[in-house]
Amino acid sequence: MKAIKDIKRAVIIGSGGLRIGQAGEFDYSGSQAIKALKEEKIYTILINPNIATVQTDSDMADKVYFQPLNVETVTKILEKERPDAVLLSFGGQTALNLGLKLYDLGVFKRLNIRVLGTPVDVIKTTEDRDLFKVALSQIGTKTARSIAAETLNDAIKAADKIGYPIMMRSGYSLGGLGSGRIDNKTQLKERVAEVLKAVPQVLIEEYLMGWKEVEYEVVRDSLGNTITVCNMENLDPMGIHTGESIVVAPSQTLTNEEYHHLREVAIKTINHLGIIGECNIQYALNPADGDYRVIEVNARLSRSSALASKATGYPLAFVATKLMLEKPLYELRNSVTGKTSAFYEPALDYIAVKMPRWDLAKLKSSDHNIGSEMKSVGEVMALGRSFPEALQKAIRMLNIGAKGLSDHPYTFSDPLKEIYPATDRRIYAIYEALRKGHSVDKIHDLSKIDNWFLWQIEKIFKIEKTLKTSTKLEYDLMLEAKRNGFSDYVIAKLVNSDEQKVRAKRISLGIKPVFKQIDTLAGEYDAETNYLYSTYHGNVNDITPLKKKSIIVIGSGPYSIGSSVEFDWSAVNTAKTLQKNGYKTIIVNSNPETVSTDYDRSDRLYFEELSLERMQDIADFENCKGIVVSVGGQIANNLALPLGKLKYPILGTKPQDIDRAEDRQKFSSMLNKLGVDQPNWEEVTNLSRAKKFASKVGYPILIRPSYVLSGGAMNVVTNERELEEYLEAATRLSPDHPVVMSQFITGAKELEIDGVAQDGKLIIYAISEHIENAGVHSGDATVVYPAQELYIATIRRAKEITKKVIKGLNITGPFNIQFIAKNNELKVIECNVRASRSFPFVSKVSGYNFIEIATESMLGKKNDKHYKTLELDHVAVKNPQFSYNRLKGADPVAGVEMASTGEVACFGNDESEAFYYSWLATDQNIKGKNLFVSLSDAKKHTFTDSLKALSEQGWNLYSTPGTHKFLIDNGIKTTRLHKLSEGKKPSIASAIDERKIDLIVNVPTNNGLITTDGYKIRRLAVDNHIPLISNSETGKLLIKCLGDPALHNMQPKSWDEYVPRP
Amino acid sequence: MHGNRSKGGDFFSVKRSKLILSDGVSFEGDVPSWQAEGQIGEVVFSTGMTGYTESLTDPSYSGQILVFTYPLIGNYGIDESSYESLRIYASGVVVDTLEHDWSHSKSTKSLLQWLKEQNVPIIFNVDTRALTKYLRTRGTTIGSIGKSAEKIASIKPFTKFVRLENPREFIKKGAKKVILVDCGSKENIVRSLSSMPISLKVVPYDYDYTESENYDGVFISNGPGDPQDYKQTIEIIKKALKIGKPVYGICLGSQLLALASGAKTYKMQFGNRGHNQPCIDLETKKCYITSQNHGYAVDDKSLPTNWKVIFRNLNDNSVEGIAHKTKPFYAVQFHPEACPGPTDTSFIFERFYKSL
Repeated sequence: MKAIKDIKRAVIIGSGGLRIGQAGEFDYSGSQAIKALKEEKIYTILINPNIATVQTDSDMADKVYFQPLNVETVTKILEKERPDAVLLSFGGQTALNLGLKLYDLGVFKRLNIRVLGTPVDVIKTTEDRDLFKVALSQIGTKTARSIAAETLNDAIKAADKIGYPIMMRSGYSLGGLGSGRIDNKTQLKERVAEVLKAVPQVLIEEYLMGWKEVEYEVVRDSLGNTITVCNMENLDPMGIHTGESIVVAPSQTLTNEEYHHLREVAIKTINHLGIIGECNIQYALNPADGDYRVIEVNARLSRSSALASKATGYPLAFVATKLMLEKPLYELRNSVTGKTSAFYEPALDYIAVKMPRWDLAKLKSSDHNIGSEMKSVGEVMALGRSFPEALQKAIRMLNIGAKGLSDHPYTFSDPLKEIYPATDRRIYAIYEALRKGHSVDKIHDLSKIDNWFLWQIEKIFKIEKTLKTSTKLEYDLMLEAKRNGFSDYVIAKLVNSDEQKVRAKRISLGIKPVFKQIDTLAGEYDAETNYLYSTYHGNVNDITPLKKKSIIVIGSGPYSIGSSVEFDWSAVNTAKTLQKNGYKTIIVNSNPETVSTDYDRSDRLYFEELSLERMQDIADFENCKGIVVSVGGQIANNLALPLGKLKYPILGTKPQDIDRAEDRQKFSSMLNKLGVDQPNWEEVTNLSRAKKFASKVGYPILIRPSYVLSGGAMNVVTNERELEEYLEAATRLSPDHPVVMSQFITGAKELEIDGVAQDGKLIIYAISEHIENAGVHSGDATVVYPAQELYIATIRRAKEITKKVIKGLNITGPFNIQFIAKNNELKVIECNVRASRSFPFVSKVSGYNFIEIATESMLGKKNDKHYKTLELDHVAVKNPQFSYNRLKGADPVAGVEMASTGEVACFGNDESEAFYYSWLATDQNIKGKNLFVSLSDAKKHTFTDSLKALSEQGWNLYSTPGTHKFLIDNGIKTTRLHKLSEGKKPSIASAIDERKIDLIVNVPTNNGLITTDGYKIRRLAVDNHIPLISNSETGKLLIKCLGDPALHNMQPKSWDEYVPRP
Repeated sequence: MHGNRSKGGDFFSVKRSKLILSDGVSFEGDVPSWQAEGQIGEVVFSTGMTGYTESLTDPSYSGQILVFTYPLIGNYGIDESSYESLRIYASGVVVDTLEHDWSHSKSTKSLLQWLKEQNVPIIFNVDTRALTKYLRTRGTTIGSIGKSAEKIASIKPFTKFVRLENPREFIKKGAKKVILVDCGSKENIVRSLSSMPISLKVVPYDYDYTESENYDGVFISNGPGDPQDYKQTIEIIKKALKIGKPVYGICLGSQLLALASGAKTYKMQFGNRGHNQPCIDLETKKCYITSQNHGYAVDDKSLPTNWKVIFRNLNDNSVEGIAHKTKPFYAVQFHPEACPGPTDTSFIFERFYKSL
């Protein structure tokens, strides 16, 4: 093994596309690791196909590979780069699992690469339940009684021994996949069979439902110096995955004895295991007698560690990296105070509340129950000095239309039914239950949530009641309401006033929030920290306004479907550019999984809600020069108009011009005036108008409520019956709730222009095209840049239209326009006057940082450079990353409603190469040469050539009767499988069961229409971890790629081999 | 699960009041309307996030008004088994959010009920962070809940702690006889020592065990106040050092041992109080997180040449432990008995036992 001092080159394995259970937190931890390694003068090489991350920026790692995270590719990269060391702890479960595979294959040994940090055998001990239990029992640490089983029979025996209900878990999983409560043998049989297809082992465990769930983040150096940086308590007790739970830091209901007993066990356990760096230990704690069980140890950076970092200010990932280089912990400095030691445990003088963000409504037909598997797609963290203050802030941060606990958008027929079994709306159901007069005890009996939390919620309810009946807003009541987290908006609603009036009244009473610092030591030492939050529990600000000209950058808020790490990238790059131009930067964000909330990314970081009220508070306090609303995605963008109306200085495009793009009516009439074509559309408020519009433009028709919160109510209807059904079932159609209908153009191409303008003049643009035909949401589409198959005339025309539109809107800053092209006609679908999802993609592919250019444009810097963005020497393809295997029952078909949770991109010399590798990079693994195809009649003929080629390459084809007949008729050999509805074997289901299928191409008959058989096949594919393609264009392309042997022997190239570094 | 609900009535009615410091600076807050004008005390802050019961019953806090920097206090109520002595010794309490509704299976009452029973004043809804930052820059100062500055300026609140009138045989589990000098010992020191197979005799601070007892080791406890005020105790320790049998000390005990050795102590600007004080063992380079509660410290430059510093604070470099270079004299500034706080250094008790 190489000595630490000889380590000059290190590879970091990233986590790939964002998915449920593995989100943006690894951009944060990887970025810190790179920073820490560079500080030690180690040449860093990062492998991560997630192009929207900050860690893959050119000023981060010395070399970046946008390549799939699989054994084959990563082995080739390691052979090429010959690093001295590799870090496996910063890319989530993906990197850890991949690292273990490479280790087992002897790759590290063969290439003499040292695994830094926790030794691999220790990682294996923590990942294998049996080894783990044995190791912990050696030192008397208690674990849940559990028995490992590799067969169904063993599982049944184990469950009988422990007694139902039992908890089933799967080894080597991320985010609790395949875990859950099992009440009886029938259920057990069903679930075990399913899980054993994905993993070799299941665990049958003692059921600890209702025990408190507590975690500690532990840091240990190679000398054995160990601390716990933070403990966290789940509001939702055992039974709900910690990623699905509301979590508080520090623990609130643990006594000193419990807190320190678990801490002592944590230190003893981690020392015994021999972790080096950072890890997380999870406990179940019996509220009746203080008994405990260790649930698991994660020997890597995790979502919890990212949260703990943000909750405490302790840079866990940075410190962990240094410890992996065998630095003693006590020699490192506390980077917040600069003068105290990193060997210390932060003392908090506030409470942090984390809440999960779900998007289950967008993922049609997946159920809303939450439990031991993770379904949430993002999270927020709120800081305050009382639980109600932080909780209500967190709820507003979620961006789900709730302005507080009392002001949520949900209706419940029986709230108790969503408390147990819990749904994603449980916290609101609890509030509703209180409103309906149910007691705290009753809610506790159902939920097992500690009464302390429930009483805190009841306190909010009592204040709401008082506000409702009060005639005057006196000082005491106003202060009480604000200290308990009520927003001005909600107070106004309760007292029949309006938000700005309440604000003015409140300020006249002298009630204003104060801004406090997060200094890691509760004020004990002086700290120059710029990490801030607001509270109404206090009357002294820790800080004074920034003296120099300062600019606020509004961040992305929580990750959700449609708003992901790309907006964090934009915010970080905006702040960087502002600083470069001599401005003081202030970042406001609420998402603990981000890089923008690292306090060294800005001059000031407000970890705060992105609400009008708080933005006013911060802007008033700082007296800032400008506010950037155009880089944080839709939440930030929506603040433009209200802030603009109140005369706050919005940087870039004027708020009323942003509104002209956002408001469908205004935008449409502008396009008409400019002579720019658009699909027919109309806003209707009754059925007869709807039918009239339909008969005018013809089916299919795209239909959606004009005001979409976060719900997925967008749909395509193909006939009048469906139209009626939709309008009757899905929405309440009324003058208050109009519905927007638009012409749905089939068989058309979709293209996008991302660009930057200044005073309505185009500065830079990038044209990309979708591989799928129009009708797939742009966030779910496979995007090619530069466009490869567009006519020059189309490109010229798109550019002309773009120039007209940006002039019409007088855009200054970033924008994105989406087009539909068919029969030489070009129609504009929408225009976003903000940075789009594809900004990092086009920036990294073209080599021009679009955000930097946009920021300087907003600052008024003149720019007459020429950018070469149309013709590049390489092609890149961006592929969506889906999380369907997490969402039982959701139909894995890309449609008009976005459903992907992340994206990846790879480069190539041509479209096929870039597509093939980026598709593989979405965690696809084709194990053999057995393809099942099921094609709609309309598409069959387009597959003939590519399937023939594939068959000639030795692939075995399987197909259902219709496709089978077609292929045989065209001289292609296939094995016929029965349709599921035929109920005969061999069917696709039995073939999957026998593991005969390695890839499934199933193209639905019509976009948006779901046939029962097709749906079942797609679900079988997802549930059995078989790669699935459900779109005909990407299907064709993939089959072409699979049939091209040259594509399989590529040598992976790094980013700078395609795009030279500036 | 137990818990206390708001019962209404006078118990929960509050009035505005102030924590007033001797320099005239005051911090606003609320007090129970039934509360009498507060007692005077030295205002100190602790950064521990749990353990309010243990802290308030720690005799070292006598004469002090304790500010909790953690803003939510009272969440899990009061459990008598976590007392560190028979009653509350702090003379006042300052918090931000006082939680009336508590929840824990072992607790029996709320923090406010307990304070009322023991007639200890509290002020809440105070900007404790602003107060802490003020104390940090200004240094520890005298203050009062509700009384005006003139009245408190001249008062020195501390008096020595006396719990025992006479020595008391505590346990007899073994042949080795240990004297615990009780200057205000936390119960967990007694618990820790009595878990060993020894005979333990607890004696008051002024009891001369060197004259009357045939002992195998001496353990000097924590306690409140300025160590230089413990003249008699120091004289007795000097004699014990001459005898040469093991002498160990914790917190105040370590300061007294230092003074007996001829070294000096000094008053720190605002002391170290909390559960996250990092210390390093200078010989092994092993580090520990410790619980602390002290306003005085040993001056390392004044240590006689045959003594050495064995532990240091990683944050402010202050002395955290001293030992004689050849003899079994050993003392730590931190609290190995924890309660409240981390249990990393409980090995100190084992070390003492082995030295006997």
